[in-house]
Amino acid sequence: MRDVAIIGYGQTKFGELWESSFRDIIVEAGVKAIKDANIEGDDIEAMYVGNMSGGLFVGQEHIASLIADYAGLNPIPCTRVEAACASGSLALRSAYLSVASGCHDVVLAGGVEKMTDVADATSAIATAADQEWEAFFGATFPSLYAMMARRYMYEYNLTLEQLSMWSVIAHDNGSKNPYAQFRFKTTLEQVMNASPVADPLTLMHCSPVSDGAAALIICDADKAEEFAPKDEIIYIRASTQASDTIALHGRKDMTSLNAAKVASEKAYKLAGVSADKMDVAEVHDCFAINGLILLEDLGFCKKGDAGKIVGDDERIRIDYDDFVSVNPSGGLKAAGHALGATGIRQVGEIYWQLKQDKNCKDRQASIKNGYGITANVGGSGGTVCVHVLSDKRK
Amino acid sequence: MVVRTWRHINERYNLIGTRCKTCGTVYFPSRNVCPKCRRRGELEPYKLSGKGKIYTYSIIYTPPKDFEKMAPYVIAVIELDEGPKLTAQVDCDINEVYIGMPVEVAFRRIKEDGKDGVISYGYKFKPIEEL
Repeated sequence: MRDVAIIGYGQTKFGELWESSFRDIIVEAGVKAIKDANIEGDDIEAMYVGNMSGGLFVGQEHIASLIADYAGLNPIPCTRVEAACASGSLALRSAYLSVASGCHDVVLAGGVEKMTDVADATSAIATAADQEWEAFFGATFPSLYAMMARRYMYEYNLTLEQLSMWSVIAHDNGSKNPYAQFRFKTTLEQVMNASPVADPLTLMHCSPVSDGAAALIICDADKAEEFAPKDEIIYIRASTQASDTIALHGRKDMTSLNAAKVASEKAYKLAGVSADKMDVAEVHDCFAINGLILLEDLGFCKKGDAGKIVGDDERIRIDYDDFVSVNPSGGLKAAGHALGATGIRQVGEIYWQLKQDKNCKDRQASIKNGYGITANVGGSGGTVCVHVLSDKRK
Repeated sequence: MVVRTWRHINERYNLIGTRCKTCGTVYFPSRNVCPKCRRRGELEPYKLSGKGKIYTYSIIYTPPKDFEKMAPYVIAVIELDEGPKLTAQVDCDINEVYIGMPVEVAFRRIKEDGKDGVISYGYKFKPIEEL
Protein backbone atom coordinates (compact mmCIF):
# COMPACT_ATOMS: atom_id res chain seq x y z
CA MET A 1 0.00 0.00 0.00
CA ARG A 2 1.19 3.52 -0.85
CA ASP A 3 1.26 6.39 1.64
CA VAL A 4 -1.62 8.83 1.21
CA ALA A 5 -1.63 12.58 1.83
CA ILE A 6 -4.25 15.30 2.16
CA ILE A 7 -3.45 18.37 0.08
CA GLY A 8 -6.61 20.42 0.24
CA TYR A 9 -9.88 20.99 2.09
CA GLY A 10 -13.00 23.06 1.66
CA GLN A 11 -16.41 23.24 3.31
CA THR A 12 -19.60 25.25 3.29
CA LYS A 13 -20.98 26.79 6.44
CA PHE A 14 -23.15 24.23 8.25
CA GLY A 15 -26.66 25.29 9.16
CA GLU A 16 -30.05 26.12 7.70
CA LEU A 17 -28.90 27.12 4.23
CA TRP A 18 -32.25 28.18 2.78
CA GLU A 19 -30.69 29.90 -0.23
CA SER A 20 -28.72 26.87 -1.37
CA SER A 21 -29.71 23.55 -2.89
CA PHE A 22 -28.14 20.12 -2.51
CA ARG A 23 -26.12 20.57 -5.67
CA ASP A 24 -25.09 24.13 -4.77
CA ILE A 25 -23.44 23.12 -1.51
CA ILE A 26 -21.49 20.09 -2.70
CA VAL A 27 -20.17 22.06 -5.68
CA GLU A 28 -19.18 24.93 -3.37
CA ALA A 29 -17.24 22.60 -1.06
CA GLY A 30 -15.60 20.78 -3.98
CA VAL A 31 -14.47 23.96 -5.71
CA LYS A 32 -13.03 25.31 -2.44
CA ALA A 33 -11.09 22.06 -1.89
CA ILE A 34 -9.71 22.04 -5.44
CA LYS A 35 -8.59 25.66 -5.11
CA ASP A 36 -7.10 24.99 -1.69
CA ALA A 37 -5.09 22.07 -3.09
CA ASN A 38 -3.82 24.29 -5.89
CA ILE A 39 -4.77 21.70 -8.52
CA GLU A 40 -6.94 21.76 -11.64
CA GLY A 41 -10.19 19.85 -12.09
CA ASP A 42 -8.38 17.79 -14.72
CA ASP A 43 -6.01 16.47 -12.06
CA ILE A 44 -8.86 14.67 -10.26
CA GLU A 45 -9.17 11.05 -11.33
CA ALA A 46 -12.16 9.95 -9.25
CA MET A 47 -14.62 11.11 -6.60
CA TYR A 48 -16.22 9.40 -3.61
CA VAL A 49 -19.08 11.23 -1.92
CA GLY A 50 -20.74 10.35 1.38
CA ASN A 51 -24.46 10.97 1.58
CA MET A 52 -26.90 9.32 3.95
CA SER A 53 -30.19 9.90 2.28
CA GLY A 54 -30.59 12.13 -0.73
CA GLY A 55 -33.66 10.00 -1.39
CA LEU A 56 -35.50 10.87 1.82
CA PHE A 57 -34.21 14.41 2.30
CA VAL A 58 -34.38 15.84 -1.22
CA GLY A 59 -36.03 13.03 -3.21
CA GLN A 60 -32.92 12.46 -5.28
CA GLU A 61 -30.93 9.26 -5.69
CA HIS A 62 -28.10 8.70 -8.17
CA ILE A 63 -26.35 11.70 -6.69
CA ALA A 64 -22.94 10.45 -7.86
CA SER A 65 -23.83 11.28 -11.45
CA LEU A 66 -25.46 14.54 -10.38
CA ILE A 67 -22.36 15.72 -8.52
CA ALA A 68 -19.88 14.83 -11.28
CA ASP A 69 -22.21 16.60 -13.72
CA TYR A 70 -22.65 19.82 -11.72
CA ALA A 71 -18.98 19.93 -10.76
CA GLY A 72 -18.16 19.87 -14.46
CA LEU A 73 -16.11 16.74 -13.98
CA ASN A 74 -17.82 14.25 -16.31
CA PRO A 75 -16.71 11.63 -17.31
CA ILE A 76 -14.56 10.72 -14.26
CA PRO A 77 -15.98 7.98 -12.01
CA CYS A 78 -17.99 9.25 -9.05
CA THR A 79 -19.27 6.91 -6.34
CA ARG A 80 -21.80 7.58 -3.61
CA VAL A 81 -21.01 5.91 -0.30
CA GLU A 82 -23.59 5.32 2.43
CA ALA A 83 -23.28 4.26 6.07
CA ALA A 84 -25.82 6.59 7.72
CA CYS A 85 -24.01 9.32 9.70
CA ALA A 86 -20.62 7.67 8.95
CA SER A 87 -21.08 8.06 5.18
CA GLY A 88 -18.53 10.88 4.97
CA SER A 89 -15.58 9.11 6.53
CA LEU A 90 -16.46 5.97 4.63
CA ALA A 91 -16.22 7.99 1.42
CA LEU A 92 -12.79 9.14 2.57
CA ARG A 93 -11.81 5.56 3.35
CA SER A 94 -12.95 4.47 -0.12
CA ALA A 95 -10.93 7.29 -1.67
CA TYR A 96 -7.96 6.42 0.56
CA LEU A 97 -8.05 2.78 -0.54
CA SER A 98 -8.20 3.76 -4.20
CA VAL A 99 -5.06 5.91 -3.81
CA ALA A 100 -3.21 3.54 -1.46
CA SER A 101 -3.80 0.66 -3.86
CA GLY A 102 -2.22 2.57 -6.73
CA CYS A 103 -5.46 2.72 -8.70
CA HIS A 104 -5.66 6.53 -8.62
CA ASP A 105 -3.24 9.33 -7.75
CA VAL A 106 -5.51 12.29 -6.99
CA VAL A 107 -9.04 11.78 -5.66
CA LEU A 108 -11.76 14.00 -4.19
CA ALA A 109 -13.48 12.67 -1.06
CA GLY A 110 -16.63 14.62 -0.26
CA GLY A 111 -19.73 14.52 1.89
CA VAL A 112 -23.06 16.30 1.61
CA GLU A 113 -26.48 16.42 3.23
CA LYS A 114 -29.36 18.81 2.63
CA MET A 115 -31.69 18.17 5.57
CA THR A 116 -33.90 21.25 5.80
CA ASP A 117 -35.88 20.72 2.59
CA VAL A 118 -38.03 18.06 4.27
CA ALA A 119 -40.79 18.39 6.87
CA ASP A 120 -40.29 15.15 8.81
CA ALA A 121 -36.53 14.95 9.31
CA THR A 122 -37.07 12.82 12.45
CA SER A 123 -38.43 9.90 10.42
CA ALA A 124 -35.67 10.20 7.83
CA ILE A 125 -32.98 10.22 10.52
CA ALA A 126 -34.61 7.19 12.17
CA THR A 127 -33.75 5.09 9.10
CA ALA A 128 -30.20 4.94 10.50
CA ALA A 129 -31.71 2.68 13.18
CA ASP A 130 -33.42 -0.70 12.70
CA GLN A 131 -36.70 0.17 10.96
CA GLU A 132 -38.43 -3.14 11.68
CA TRP A 133 -37.41 -3.65 15.30
CA GLU A 134 -36.72 -0.20 16.75
CA ALA A 135 -38.46 2.55 14.75
CA PHE A 136 -41.61 0.46 14.15
CA PHE A 137 -42.27 0.37 17.90
CA GLY A 138 -41.88 4.12 18.35
CA ALA A 139 -38.17 4.44 19.13
CA THR A 140 -36.67 7.66 17.78
CA PHE A 141 -33.01 8.08 16.96
CA PRO A 142 -32.40 10.40 19.97
CA SER A 143 -34.15 7.87 22.23
CA LEU A 144 -31.53 5.22 21.38
CA TYR A 145 -28.74 7.48 22.61
CA ALA A 146 -30.94 8.49 25.54
CA MET A 147 -31.13 4.81 26.50
CA MET A 148 -27.35 4.57 26.27
CA ALA A 149 -27.09 7.65 28.50
CA ARG A 150 -29.56 6.20 31.02
CA ARG A 151 -27.66 2.90 31.21
CA TYR A 152 -24.34 4.75 31.48
CA MET A 153 -25.70 6.84 34.37
CA TYR A 154 -26.93 3.66 36.06
CA GLU A 155 -23.64 1.78 35.71
CA TYR A 156 -21.12 4.59 36.30
CA ASN A 157 -23.03 7.21 38.33
CA LEU A 158 -22.69 9.83 35.62
CA THR A 159 -24.64 12.95 36.60
CA LEU A 160 -26.75 15.14 34.34
CA GLU A 161 -24.43 18.05 35.21
CA GLN A 162 -21.36 16.13 34.04
CA LEU A 163 -23.10 15.11 30.82
CA SER A 164 -24.32 18.65 30.17
CA MET A 165 -20.85 20.18 30.45
CA TRP A 166 -20.07 18.49 27.12
CA SER A 167 -22.53 20.81 25.38
CA VAL A 168 -21.26 23.90 27.19
CA ILE A 169 -17.70 23.22 26.01
CA ALA A 170 -18.91 22.36 22.50
CA HIS A 171 -20.64 25.74 22.21
CA ASP A 172 -17.59 27.58 23.59
CA ASN A 173 -15.53 26.03 20.78
CA GLY A 174 -18.22 26.48 18.14
CA SER A 175 -18.45 30.19 18.97
CA LYS A 176 -14.91 30.51 17.54
CA ASN A 177 -15.64 28.61 14.33
CA PRO A 178 -16.95 30.79 11.46
CA TYR A 179 -18.33 27.70 9.70
CA ALA A 180 -20.27 26.49 12.75
CA GLN A 181 -24.05 26.34 12.81
CA PHE A 182 -24.24 27.66 16.39
CA ARG A 183 -21.92 30.46 17.35
CA PHE A 184 -23.48 31.28 20.71
CA LYS A 185 -22.27 30.14 24.09
CA THR A 186 -24.49 28.35 26.52
CA THR A 187 -24.60 27.55 30.24
CA LEU A 188 -25.12 24.41 32.29
CA GLU A 189 -28.56 25.67 33.34
CA GLN A 190 -29.60 26.31 29.74
CA VAL A 191 -28.50 22.83 28.67
CA MET A 192 -30.23 21.07 31.55
CA ASN A 193 -33.43 23.11 31.34
CA ALA A 194 -33.83 22.99 27.56
CA SER A 195 -36.95 21.25 26.28
CA PRO A 196 -36.84 17.48 26.73
CA VAL A 197 -36.37 15.42 23.56
CA ALA A 198 -35.84 11.92 24.90
CA ASP A 199 -35.29 11.86 28.64
CA PRO A 200 -32.59 12.25 30.01
CA LEU A 201 -31.53 14.14 26.85
CA THR A 202 -32.70 17.69 26.28
CA LEU A 203 -32.54 19.59 23.01
CA MET A 204 -29.16 20.95 24.09
CA HIS A 205 -27.65 17.46 24.33
CA CYS A 206 -28.55 16.84 20.67
CA SER A 207 -26.78 17.85 17.48
CA PRO A 208 -28.97 19.87 15.11
CA VAL A 209 -30.53 19.22 11.72
CA SER A 210 -28.06 20.79 9.29
CA ASP A 211 -27.32 21.45 5.65
CA GLY A 212 -23.69 21.28 4.73
CA ALA A 213 -20.99 19.88 2.49
CA ALA A 214 -17.26 19.29 2.79
CA ALA A 215 -14.54 17.98 0.50
CA LEU A 216 -10.94 16.81 0.81
CA ILE A 217 -8.38 16.32 -1.92
CA ILE A 218 -6.22 13.30 -1.27
CA CYS A 219 -3.16 12.26 -3.18
CA ASP A 220 -0.36 9.73 -3.41
CA ALA A 221 2.23 10.95 -0.88
CA ASP A 222 5.07 11.02 -3.44
CA LYS A 223 3.02 13.05 -5.86
CA ALA A 224 1.72 15.41 -3.14
CA GLU A 225 4.95 17.38 -3.17
CA GLU A 226 4.24 18.40 -6.77
CA PHE A 227 1.20 20.33 -5.53
CA ALA A 228 2.00 21.49 -2.01
CA PRO A 229 5.03 22.60 0.02
CA LYS A 230 6.17 19.79 2.28
CA ASP A 231 5.19 21.52 5.53
CA GLU A 232 1.60 21.88 4.34
CA ILE A 233 1.06 18.21 3.60
CA ILE A 234 -0.83 16.13 6.14
CA TYR A 235 -0.69 12.34 5.94
CA ILE A 236 -3.45 9.82 6.52
CA ARG A 237 -1.61 7.39 8.74
CA ALA A 238 -4.56 5.03 9.26
CA SER A 239 -8.06 4.59 7.91
CA THR A 240 -10.10 1.91 9.64
CA GLN A 241 -13.68 0.76 9.89
CA ALA A 242 -15.63 -1.69 12.04
CA SER A 243 -19.25 -2.83 12.33
CA ASP A 244 -21.72 -3.80 15.05
CA THR A 245 -25.39 -4.76 15.28
CA ILE A 246 -27.74 -2.27 13.64
CA ALA A 247 -30.14 -2.38 16.60
CA LEU A 248 -28.94 -1.08 19.95
CA HIS A 249 -30.72 -3.94 21.73
CA GLY A 250 -28.51 -6.47 19.91
CA ARG A 251 -25.47 -5.45 21.97
CA LYS A 252 -24.15 -6.90 25.16
CA ASP A 253 -22.84 -3.54 26.37
CA MET A 254 -24.68 -0.25 25.79
CA THR A 255 -22.16 2.02 27.51
CA SER A 256 -19.50 1.71 24.83
CA LEU A 257 -19.30 1.22 21.07
CA ASN A 258 -17.43 -1.96 20.28
CA ALA A 259 -16.93 -0.87 16.67
CA ALA A 260 -15.17 2.29 17.92
CA LYS A 261 -12.87 0.25 20.14
CA VAL A 262 -11.99 -2.18 17.35
CA ALA A 263 -11.51 0.53 14.70
CA SER A 264 -9.40 2.77 16.94
CA GLU A 265 -7.17 -0.03 18.26
CA LYS A 266 -6.48 -1.07 14.69
CA ALA A 267 -5.84 2.54 13.66
CA TYR A 268 -3.29 3.14 16.44
CA LYS A 269 -1.54 -0.07 15.44
CA LEU A 270 -1.41 0.85 11.76
CA ALA A 271 -0.19 4.36 12.52
CA GLY A 272 2.34 3.06 15.05
CA VAL A 273 1.25 5.48 17.78
CA SER A 274 -0.68 5.31 21.02
CA ALA A 275 -3.73 7.28 22.15
CA ASP A 276 -1.67 9.49 24.46
CA LYS A 277 0.22 10.92 21.46
CA MET A 278 -2.93 12.47 19.99
CA ASP A 279 -2.89 16.27 20.21
CA VAL A 280 -6.39 16.77 18.91
CA ALA A 281 -9.50 14.71 18.24
CA GLU A 282 -12.82 15.20 16.50
CA VAL A 283 -15.35 12.73 17.89
CA HIS A 284 -18.92 12.04 16.86
CA ASP A 285 -21.04 13.79 19.51
CA CYS A 286 -24.37 13.43 17.73
CA PHE A 287 -25.61 13.33 21.33
CA ALA A 288 -23.52 14.44 24.32
CA ILE A 289 -23.35 10.92 25.75
CA ASN A 290 -21.60 9.65 22.62
CA GLY A 291 -18.84 12.21 23.08
CA LEU A 292 -18.14 10.83 26.55
CA ILE A 293 -18.34 7.22 25.39
CA LEU A 294 -15.93 7.84 22.51
CA LEU A 295 -13.33 9.40 24.84
CA GLU A 296 -13.24 6.02 26.58
CA ASP A 297 -13.47 3.86 23.46
CA LEU A 298 -10.64 5.79 21.79
CA GLY A 299 -8.44 5.14 24.81
CA PHE A 300 -8.19 8.67 26.19
CA CYS A 301 -9.48 7.64 29.61
CA LYS A 302 -10.65 4.64 31.59
CA LYS A 303 -14.18 3.26 31.33
CA GLY A 304 -16.45 5.28 33.57
CA ASP A 305 -14.06 8.24 33.97
CA ALA A 306 -15.36 10.44 31.14
CA GLY A 307 -17.94 12.15 33.35
CA LYS A 308 -15.23 13.38 35.69
CA ILE A 309 -12.86 14.36 32.88
CA VAL A 310 -15.50 16.31 30.96
CA GLY A 311 -17.89 17.46 33.67
CA ASP A 312 -15.66 18.12 36.68
CA ASP A 313 -12.19 18.86 35.30
CA GLU A 314 -13.12 20.09 31.78
CA ARG A 315 -9.89 18.51 30.53
CA ILE A 316 -11.15 18.27 26.92
CA ARG A 317 -10.93 22.06 26.52
CA ILE A 318 -8.51 23.39 23.89
CA ASP A 319 -6.48 25.29 26.51
CA TYR A 320 -6.07 22.30 28.85
CA ASP A 321 -2.53 21.20 28.10
CA ASP A 322 -2.21 17.70 29.52
CA PHE A 323 -5.07 16.06 27.68
CA VAL A 324 -6.16 15.72 24.06
CA SER A 325 -8.06 18.78 22.75
CA VAL A 326 -11.50 17.51 21.79
CA ASN A 327 -13.77 18.89 19.07
CA PRO A 328 -12.14 22.29 18.60
CA SER A 329 -14.62 22.86 15.74
CA GLY A 330 -17.53 22.70 18.20
CA GLY A 331 -18.23 19.11 17.14
CA LEU A 332 -21.52 17.90 15.80
CA LYS A 333 -23.27 19.68 18.67
CA ALA A 334 -22.22 23.22 17.76
CA ALA A 335 -20.56 23.03 14.33
CA GLY A 336 -23.61 21.15 13.04
CA HIS A 337 -24.31 17.65 11.79
CA ALA A 338 -25.02 17.47 8.06
CA LEU A 339 -25.01 13.66 8.21
CA GLY A 340 -23.06 12.62 5.10
CA ALA A 341 -20.75 15.64 5.34
CA THR A 342 -19.77 15.19 8.99
CA GLY A 343 -17.01 12.60 8.57
CA ILE A 344 -15.27 14.76 5.98
CA ARG A 345 -15.70 17.90 8.11
CA GLN A 346 -14.12 16.15 11.10
CA VAL A 347 -11.06 15.14 9.07
CA GLY A 348 -10.94 18.62 7.51
CA GLU A 349 -10.80 20.17 10.99
CA ILE A 350 -7.91 17.89 12.02
CA TYR A 351 -6.17 18.72 8.73
CA TRP A 352 -6.41 22.42 9.58
CA GLN A 353 -5.41 21.88 13.21
CA LEU A 354 -2.28 19.87 12.37
CA LYS A 355 -1.25 22.44 9.72
CA GLN A 356 -2.01 25.19 12.25
CA ASP A 357 -4.01 26.76 9.46
CA LYS A 358 -5.36 30.32 9.55
CA ASN A 359 -8.89 28.88 9.45
CA CYS A 360 -8.61 27.77 13.06
CA LYS A 361 -6.52 30.57 14.48
CA ASP A 362 -9.03 31.33 17.26
CA ARG A 363 -9.36 27.70 18.29
CA GLN A 364 -5.93 26.24 17.63
CA ALA A 365 -5.05 23.20 19.72
CA SER A 366 -1.46 22.96 20.82
CA ILE A 367 0.30 20.58 18.42
CA LYS A 368 3.15 18.82 20.24
CA ASN A 369 3.36 15.35 18.75
CA GLY A 370 1.78 16.09 15.38
CA TYR A 371 -1.05 13.57 15.59
CA GLY A 372 -4.84 13.87 15.39
CA ILE A 373 -7.73 11.41 15.23
CA THR A 374 -11.33 11.37 14.10
CA ALA A 375 -14.14 8.95 15.00
CA ASN A 376 -17.28 9.03 12.87
CA VAL A 377 -20.26 6.90 13.93
CA GLY A 378 -23.12 5.56 11.81
CA GLY A 379 -26.49 4.93 13.46
CA SER A 380 -26.24 3.98 17.12
CA GLY A 381 -22.79 2.46 16.50
CA GLY A 382 -23.44 -0.04 13.70
CA THR A 383 -20.60 1.49 11.69
CA VAL A 384 -17.57 3.34 13.03
CA CYS A 385 -14.80 4.81 10.92
CA VAL A 386 -11.54 6.10 12.42
CA HIS A 387 -8.80 8.16 10.77
CA VAL A 388 -5.41 8.98 12.25
CA LEU A 389 -3.67 11.97 10.66
CA SER A 390 -0.15 13.29 11.14
CA ASP A 391 2.18 15.97 9.90
CA LYS A 392 4.80 13.23 9.62
CA ARG A 393 4.83 10.74 6.78
CA LYS A 394 6.36 7.96 8.90
CA MET B 1 -46.60 -2.15 3.12
CA VAL B 2 -49.25 -4.68 4.21
CA VAL B 3 -46.98 -7.55 3.34
CA ARG B 4 -44.20 -6.06 5.44
CA THR B 5 -46.46 -6.21 8.50
CA TRP B 6 -47.91 -9.60 7.68
CA ARG B 7 -44.47 -11.16 7.27
CA HIS B 8 -43.67 -10.43 10.93
CA ILE B 9 -46.89 -11.73 12.51
CA ASN B 10 -45.17 -14.62 14.30
CA GLU B 11 -42.69 -12.33 15.94
CA ARG B 12 -44.76 -9.24 16.56
CA TYR B 13 -48.01 -10.94 17.63
CA ASN B 14 -46.72 -14.10 19.27
CA LEU B 15 -43.15 -13.31 20.27
CA ILE B 16 -41.74 -16.26 18.36
CA GLY B 17 -38.00 -15.98 17.76
CA THR B 18 -35.41 -18.62 16.94
CA ARG B 19 -33.14 -20.88 18.96
CA CYS B 20 -29.90 -22.38 17.71
CA LYS B 21 -29.88 -26.14 18.29
CA THR B 22 -26.07 -26.18 18.18
CA CYS B 23 -25.23 -23.58 20.85
CA GLY B 24 -28.61 -23.09 22.55
CA THR B 25 -28.68 -19.30 22.08
CA VAL B 26 -32.15 -17.79 21.73
CA TYR B 27 -32.59 -14.93 19.22
CA PHE B 28 -35.27 -12.32 18.95
CA PRO B 29 -36.15 -11.13 16.36
CA SER B 30 -35.57 -14.39 14.54
CA ARG B 31 -32.46 -14.91 12.48
CA ASN B 32 -31.61 -17.01 9.44
CA VAL B 33 -28.02 -17.56 10.51
CA CYS B 34 -26.72 -18.07 14.05
CA PRO B 35 -23.99 -15.38 14.39
CA LYS B 36 -22.07 -17.62 16.81
CA CYS B 37 -22.18 -20.93 14.90
CA ARG B 38 -22.84 -19.66 11.37
CA ARG B 39 -22.74 -22.71 9.03
CA ARG B 40 -22.66 -25.14 11.93
CA GLY B 41 -25.74 -23.63 13.51
CA GLU B 42 -29.28 -24.89 13.08
CA LEU B 43 -32.15 -22.58 13.91
CA GLU B 44 -35.64 -23.56 15.01
CA PRO B 45 -38.65 -21.42 15.96
CA TYR B 46 -38.76 -20.62 19.66
CA LYS B 47 -41.63 -19.08 21.61
CA LEU B 48 -40.52 -16.65 24.28
CA SER B 49 -42.26 -16.39 27.65
CA GLY B 50 -42.72 -12.62 27.32
CA LYS B 51 -41.34 -11.92 30.77
CA GLY B 52 -38.30 -9.82 31.44
CA LYS B 53 -36.78 -6.72 33.03
CA ILE B 54 -36.17 -3.19 31.82
CA TYR B 55 -32.49 -2.94 30.87
CA THR B 56 -32.63 0.76 29.98
CA TYR B 57 -35.32 3.25 28.95
CA SER B 58 -36.12 6.73 27.74
CA ILE B 59 -39.21 8.92 27.77
CA ILE B 60 -39.94 10.29 24.33
CA TYR B 61 -41.17 13.88 24.12
CA THR B 62 -40.40 14.41 20.42
CA PRO B 63 -42.14 11.52 18.67
CA PRO B 64 -42.25 10.53 15.01
CA LYS B 65 -45.46 11.53 13.18
CA ASP B 66 -47.26 8.20 13.71
CA PHE B 67 -46.79 8.38 17.48
CA GLU B 68 -47.66 12.03 18.10
CA LYS B 69 -50.82 11.33 20.08
CA MET B 70 -49.01 9.04 22.53
CA ALA B 71 -46.19 11.35 23.66
CA PRO B 72 -44.75 11.45 26.20
CA TYR B 73 -44.30 7.67 26.25
CA VAL B 74 -41.78 5.19 27.62
CA ILE B 75 -39.52 3.33 25.20
CA ALA B 76 -37.29 0.64 26.66
CA VAL B 77 -34.80 -2.08 25.95
CA ILE B 78 -36.16 -5.13 27.70
CA GLU B 79 -34.00 -8.08 28.64
CA LEU B 80 -36.17 -11.17 28.31
CA ASP B 81 -35.79 -14.04 30.78
CA GLU B 82 -34.47 -16.28 27.97
CA GLY B 83 -31.63 -13.83 27.23
CA PRO B 84 -32.38 -11.74 24.15
CA LYS B 85 -33.12 -8.03 24.37
CA LEU B 86 -35.71 -6.12 22.37
CA THR B 87 -37.02 -2.57 22.01
CA ALA B 88 -40.63 -1.82 22.94
CA GLN B 89 -42.91 0.70 24.57
CA VAL B 90 -43.80 0.16 28.19
CA ASP B 91 -47.37 0.90 29.19
CA CYS B 92 -46.85 2.60 32.52
CA ASP B 93 -46.73 5.97 34.24
CA ILE B 94 -43.65 7.85 33.02
CA ASN B 95 -42.76 8.59 36.63
CA GLU B 96 -42.80 4.95 37.71
CA VAL B 97 -40.38 3.38 35.24
CA TYR B 98 -36.96 2.25 36.48
CA ILE B 99 -34.05 0.03 35.36
CA GLY B 100 -34.71 -3.50 36.59
CA MET B 101 -38.52 -3.12 36.57
CA PRO B 102 -40.14 -6.55 35.95
CA VAL B 103 -42.38 -6.43 32.88
CA GLU B 104 -44.43 -8.78 30.73
CA VAL B 105 -45.62 -8.67 27.14
CA ALA B 106 -49.01 -7.30 26.09
CA PHE B 107 -50.64 -7.36 22.66
CA ARG B 108 -51.36 -3.78 21.62
CA ARG B 109 -52.04 -1.46 18.73
CA ILE B 110 -48.67 0.10 17.91
CA LYS B 111 -49.73 2.97 15.67
CA GLU B 112 -52.68 4.56 13.92
CA ASP B 113 -53.59 3.52 10.42
CA GLY B 114 -50.95 4.93 8.11
CA LYS B 115 -50.99 5.82 4.42
CA ASP B 116 -52.36 2.42 3.35
CA GLY B 117 -54.99 2.25 6.07
CA VAL B 118 -53.21 -0.56 7.86
CA ILE B 119 -53.37 -0.54 11.64
CA SER B 120 -50.14 -1.96 13.02
CA TYR B 121 -50.33 -4.31 15.99
CA GLY B 122 -47.53 -5.81 18.00
CA TYR B 123 -46.05 -6.07 21.46
CA LYS B 124 -45.76 -3.53 24.21
CA PHE B 125 -44.78 -4.41 27.75
CA LYS B 126 -46.50 -3.65 31.05
CA PRO B 127 -45.34 -3.83 34.65
CA ILE B 128 -45.92 -7.24 36.24
CA GLU B 129 -48.59 -6.69 38.84
CA GLU B 130 -47.52 -7.71 42.30
CA LEU B 131 -49.66 -10.33 43.98
